[in-house]
Amino acid sequence: MKRMEAITAVARVAGDSLLVCNLGFPSRELFSASDRPENFYMMGSMGLCSSIGLGLALARPDRKIISLEGDGAVLMNLGTLATIACTAPANYLLVILDNGSYCSTGCQPTATSLKTDLAEMARGAGVQRVIRVSDTENLIEALGGSGVVLAQVEAGNAEVPVIGLSPKNVTSRFRSAIRLILDSDGDGTAKAIRKISDE
Amino acid sequence: MKPSASLYAGLKHAGIDFVTSVPCVNLGPLMKLISSDTYILHLPVTREEEGVGICAGAWMGGKKPALMMQNSGLGNSINALASLDLLYGVPLLLVISHRGTSGEKISAQVPMGRLTEPLLSAMGIPFIKPSPEDADGAVVEAWRTAEMKGTPVAVLLDLDFWRQE
Repeated sequence: MKRMEAITAVARVAGDSLLVCNLGFPSRELFSASDRPENFYMMGSMGLCSSIGLGLALARPDRKIISLEGDGAVLMNLGTLATIACTAPANYLLVILDNGSYCSTGCQPTATSLKTDLAEMARGAGVQRVIRVSDTENLIEALGGSGVVLAQVEAGNAEVPVIGLSPKNVTSRFRSAIRLILDSDGDGTAKAIRKISDE
Repeated sequence: MKPSASLYAGLKHAGIDFVTSVPCVNLGPLMKLISSDTYILHLPVTREEEGVGICAGAWMGGKKPALMMQNSGLGNSINALASLDLLYGVPLLLVISHRGTSGEKISAQVPMGRLTEPLLSAMGIPFIKPSPEDADGAVVEAWRTAEMKGTPVAVLLDLDFWRQE
């Protein structure tokens, strides 16, 4: 499967899950597939997608959080696998879109195209649920649980525009979306919808 | 009040409820206080920039986060502080044991000891250097500034600060 297909599949079934997406083309692909306030698009701090998602999951145990990270970025922050394993939030899923290359910078190969197996590394770090998928059907099925999903995707980027939002704009609407979701737990569903239409 | 107790009081008065940390011997007693506080979620991390990312996520989820570390960890966090916190307007309280200052016995601490303040200044990250007597208020003020400006703010605690622990 292409990464764009994987991202589109996740976006299609995301519901009210919060999505945190790796920088570069993956975020552009998500923006293009389905822009929504519940998406956090990274534009810097490569390697920290999984960490941002973990912090969110710990802060909001009532919401499902899915991080869409790349193989190159996980290799940059391998300690994240240990921290995720040791905290193991039931509401947190790290999806590693593994194309064996740094495709936002010209598809230079990463270690996963040679010897390194990130699913085994996640298991070694202590993550209990690690699932490998290579098609959208199995990917969607794997989204229901927590832990780590290693999704094999083809190298390459979709032809998608840049994200038409400023970073601070991404932050403020993402935070508002989280607050609205919280409101809707009580009597706030209608209020939440009103707030969205006000913005 | 002892240095750690004064810092802890500041964290409580500021409402900090989420802490990531990489240990330093000087931060040990404070980390113990935090770990036994059920109101604060304390998460040890593997590397300081990982802590920056986790704290950013926690803040977006409504928490008031702090990262505790040695100043060596500031070097490990520069890109994350710049291209996550500063770029996206994310507040963060940095509680930093400032090693490599006057009286330091380990020579390897000296380079980052000298670079800590210039690095923070170059990044436009405000910092404050309290005494144990005013650490409580300094922490409150640091978090208030962080929240107001949407930026990391550092509390720097050099070797002198810890002498009465």
